[in-house]
Amino acid sequence: MLIDWTHFTPWTALAGGVLLGLASALFVLLNGRILGISGIVGGLLRPRAGDIGWRLAFVLGMLVAPGAYWLLAGPTAPRIDAGWGVVVLAGLLVGVGTRYGSGCTSGHGVCGLSRLSPRSLVATLAFMGAGFVTVFLARHALG
Amino acid sequence: MNTSLVKSRISEFVVGLVFGLGLIVSGMTDPGKVLGFLDLAGLWDPSLAFVMGGAIAVGLFAFALAKKRTTSFLGGAMHLPTSRSIDRRLVVGSLVFGAGWGLAGFCPGPAIVSAGAGQPKAIVFVLAMLAGMWLFEMAEGRMRRPPKHQAGAH
Repeated sequence: MLIDWTHFTPWTALAGGVLLGLASALFVLLNGRILGISGIVGGLLRPRAGDIGWRLAFVLGMLVAPGAYWLLAGPTAPRIDAGWGVVVLAGLLVGVGTRYGSGCTSGHGVCGLSRLSPRSLVATLAFMGAGFVTVFLARHALG
Repeated sequence: MNTSLVKSRISEFVVGLVFGLGLIVSGMTDPGKVLGFLDLAGLWDPSLAFVMGGAIAVGLFAFALAKKRTTSFLGGAMHLPTSRSIDRRLVVGSLVFGAGWGLAGFCPGPAIVSAGAGQPKAIVFVLAMLAGMWLFEMAEGRMRRPPKHQAGAH
């Protein structure tokens, strides 16, 4: 295995991870909820009285995060290589898959593993495994 | 709105903001970096393992404390998952999600944050993701079974 030393950023990754853990901790302790993005957003498509406001407040916080980061630290330069068609297909798969699997990287990967949930461990292994295989196929076997 | 509701809304907004900042700082909002982690056979960028490690290190303590509580610190109910079944839905759904994640390098949180930054591809990804979630809701058919409770609220 070859390590990509030029892109490897252990300290910012760790610091960002701690922020994600802190947000998940605050959410469950203050609001009594699991910080799982696909569940929070997916629930907006199944609207029930009294179940909308907290989801919107959370999503609004996420949407202003890039502006806050820009003010504090300056611009970021994400690398988005996927073409438009791939972006649409990927979005559909992520939408359907996270709802059938009841969670994504945040709900299963961070909160579920932190709760020591066997169900979330299985989900995390499944989506990580599928991610590894997909990138292998796209970049090495077919690409 | 009463005071406790206002406190909850502020808390949810701030937590969303902190979470979004964490995704940006960690590199999760950079699909190139995510795919660099998922590319085991190429030049591998192990950074995302550090993201997960940092998050879980903090989360372990919080959830151990949360399990002992009957109400949240703001006085509301605890909405913790109750489902324990490891079934085909969980596995197949997660595999489909992982395939989509590997195709573009976006998972739901980073895609929404990047859409907030005005990234056109992230906005299109989020719209497609919402369409996928809506397809799920349609396929589930609200009439065929009683509404799901907090079990699936990940």
